[in-house]
Amino acid sequence: MLLNQFLLFAAVLFSIGVYGVLVRKNGVLILMSIELILNSVNINLVAFGAYNGDVGGQVFALFVIAVAAAEVGVGLAIVLLIYRNRRSIDVAEANLLKG
Amino acid sequence: MLMLAQELTTADNAVINVFFAVIAVVAIAAAVRMVTTSNVVHAALYLLVVLSAVAAVYVILGAEFVAATQVLVYLGAIMVLLLFGVMLTRAKIGAESDLDNEQRWIGALVATAMFAVMAFSLWEGFSDERMPAAMQPQRTQAVADEIFSTYIVPFEALSVLLLAALIGAVVVARRD
Repeated sequence: MLLNQFLLFAAVLFSIGVYGVLVRKNGVLILMSIELILNSVNINLVAFGAYNGDVGGQVFALFVIAVAAAEVGVGLAIVLLIYRNRRSIDVAEANLLKG
Repeated sequence: MLMLAQELTTADNAVINVFFAVIAVVAIAAAVRMVTTSNVVHAALYLLVVLSAVAAVYVILGAEFVAATQVLVYLGAIMVLLLFGVMLTRAKIGAESDLDNEQRWIGALVATAMFAVMAFSLWEGFSDERMPAAMQPQRTQAVADEIFSTYIVPFEALSVLLLAALIGAVVVARRD
């Protein structure tokens, strides 16, 4: 097993997630793409942990999972609030701050 | 798959590599469908496939506890939360035509360029570094020992963060 096969797999997932964040208009879909990005980072952490024989990588992956849970909770609450106020979760329409 | 206290033979490695290739192809195909599908609910279900595949990769890497946590937290909790988000924002169940903005080609270009840079630097940095031949599953006990000794302060901070996020989400989403 090469180390690079895991790292390249994670890089592909990361790039797909970046594409989703850049291209999607729906707030919930953007949150899903962010989950994809966080997952690809976790693969890297676990792969380097296994490579070095160190459990620190796994510990940090667990921390990232916990932070992702907090992030998606708050993010969905914000998307819900935008929906309630604007009747739309198109992020391009949330432009009240634009002068 | 990973034998305890026993070096992986070439045959073991070949089997693991075939498993990994299948999982990687499934995950990448599902991820591409997730960011291109015109149905929000389908996107959530494709994300489910990707997250399961990532859990399988954790098993290949011998990270049993992270794999279990991935299934419990991501497949269990976060997916339900995202589906609730889809339903509460009254996204249409069928296909929608305008889920993407008009920057699709620029987005594809940026993502491809980003992958090219990462792939190049990964190849330069770790060209053919191999995983250790005697790679062992890292036991849950070792992970727990590490969390509750070396990483006890970040762990406690994370508990407070989760509580704050929980309260914050309730306060933000509450009708008043």
